[in-house]
Amino acid sequence: MKKKSFFADRTTRRDFMTYAIVIICFIALSLLASNKVLGRAQIGLLVPVCCWIVAALGLNLCVGVLGELSLGHAGFMSVGCFTGITVSEAVSNAIPDPTLRLIMAVIIGAVFAGIVGFLVGIPVLRLKGDYLAIVTLAFGEIIKDIVNCLIIGVDEKGLHIIFNASGTKSASDLGLAEGGKTIIQGAQGAVGTTTISTFLGGFVLVMIALIIVLNFVKSRSGRAVMAIRDNRIAAEASGVNVTRYKMIAFTLSAAIAGAAGVLYGLNFSSIVATKFNFNTSILILVYVVLGGLGKMQGTLIAATVLYVLPELLRAFSDYRMLVYAIVLIIVMITTNNQQMKNLFLKIIPKRKNKEVQ
Amino acid sequence: MVFLSYLISGLSLGSVYAIIALGYTMVYGIAKMLNFAHGDVIMVGGYVSFLTMNSLGLPSWLAVILAVVVCTVLGIVIEGLAYKPLRSASSLAVLITAIGVSYFLQNAAQLLFGANPVVYIPVISGTISLFDGQLNISVVSVVTIAVCIVIMICLSAFISKSKMGKAMRACSEDKSAARLMGINVNKTISVTFAIGSALAAIAGVLLCSSYPTLMPTTGSMPGIKAFTAAVFGGIGSVPGAFIGGLLLGIIESMAKAYVSTNLANSIVFAVLIIVLLVRPVGILGKKVREKV
Repeated sequence: MKKKSFFADRTTRRDFMTYAIVIICFIALSLLASNKVLGRAQIGLLVPVCCWIVAALGLNLCVGVLGELSLGHAGFMSVGCFTGITVSEAVSNAIPDPTLRLIMAVIIGAVFAGIVGFLVGIPVLRLKGDYLAIVTLAFGEIIKDIVNCLIIGVDEKGLHIIFNASGTKSASDLGLAEGGKTIIQGAQGAVGTTTISTFLGGFVLVMIALIIVLNFVKSRSGRAVMAIRDNRIAAEASGVNVTRYKMIAFTLSAAIAGAAGVLYGLNFSSIVATKFNFNTSILILVYVVLGGLGKMQGTLIAATVLYVLPELLRAFSDYRMLVYAIVLIIVMITTNNQQMKNLFLKIIPKRKNKEVQ
Repeated sequence: MVFLSYLISGLSLGSVYAIIALGYTMVYGIAKMLNFAHGDVIMVGGYVSFLTMNSLGLPSWLAVILAVVVCTVLGIVIEGLAYKPLRSASSLAVLITAIGVSYFLQNAAQLLFGANPVVYIPVISGTISLFDGQLNISVVSVVTIAVCIVIMICLSAFISKSKMGKAMRACSEDKSAARLMGINVNKTISVTFAIGSALAAIAGVLLCSSYPTLMPTTGSMPGIKAFTAAVFGGIGSVPGAFIGGLLLGIIESMAKAYVSTNLANSIVFAVLIIVLLVRPVGILGKKVREKV
């Protein structure tokens, strides 16, 4: 008889291996960065990589675990990003400590993105398949346009917000008192943000997102969500509250994407709302699909490799995005074509899965 | 009068969306895939016609024909190289491949033609003045609307009457049953892509004639809008794409004129969301019964 230990469960063992590898990567990269092995350009990639990993983990929860294709996750990132920037700038005098401010911004940004996710989820989750996908796309574009019209400033009286639908208003219409500052200037975006995101912050966020997602999948809610994905009618007949669990997964997914957005926004001194457009949603989706649906470890690898790849392809200069596109197509065809799969199976005999899951 | 001119510009824009949406919806109906590269075929059509007229100095009718031919071939090549190997793969895999193709076309265009926008010389120019000059309509708008109606009629006739059209309908209903009946499914799908891409080329010429800036990303936003239009009308339905496209164009034009230029796209998408909530399969979409 094998002794039943905490690590006997195969998925738990794999999860802890994942945590360990992420921690080792963080330590290694931090050492490399502090010893000047990495150049400035490479160090500049560290925080964005963390952001895309977190966003992709959030989206994988929606696409892989819940099984609903979302084409608007950049919208949730946008909500998180601009909420986070507003919070961070508004309290910069009251709380001078950047770490504390980053934590506060991430939490509030994630909550806001979660609320928006919940509100968007109410209509979206009533639809199915491609119709659901197009509505998430629509919400993503609407969020982008709305944020693009926002002008936000702060003075000692508090926040001033105007909605610039006509396109004629500017920061001077805010009526800020002496010493006040504008935080978001409509189409110009957030300018002059104090950059407080750090690689440590990014690493902590990746770890938190990983722990939340990996444990959610194993939890009662996670099993219910996966049951809905595999067969909605059967799950409903077994007494699973479909709407409730779909909502939980979607909201959580939006909140995680929002947290990623905060980290991203606070990493650059200026950012515009159009950064989080349809192409960004697609970018995250590519990470998720290439990493494997529902496979968080795959998402980690895919997001890192695919984000760093175009930077490594700098040698090809103008051709790098072309190469990226070709690599993407070839990878999709080789991993999904039935003949190719059979070929791979011949070369690599499949592992027998002895353990009953 | 002002309202009428907005309505006509909306109809003209809507006609372009409708032509693109027809391509989307036909491909979706048969191959059950969202062809995100469709928008970039529009851009290719625009560049081909631009180069024929500007660099080669050929007449505009030849430019249109050349654009159609190049895009048709491009559509068949894309389908054969990128989508055919994935016939039995999951729809998400095909979607990502389509995105890869879209990236490829955009970046190839950027390398070949440069990232800067070029000024497109409209294929047809001139304006028609009505009501003593109170109402000025550009000829391009009228031609666009007319072309769209002609295409719609021809396509409907083709799908309902011709042998290939019947094969298309059979494939969209049930591929394996169609194969058993002796229909060449692969050929049918290729023809569908060819027709869709030819329509995209025409849409590209018309779009660039109305909005004369052309750059490698020209096709992406109209592509997304046309996709929205196709869903709006019920994806997979040919008359649905036509109605969806026209409605979308009119809503966008009205929203730009009377509400806000900045929020015009948002209003279009908001209307889409409302329509889908009331009719979850679009205006003319078929409801599919769910079986246990």
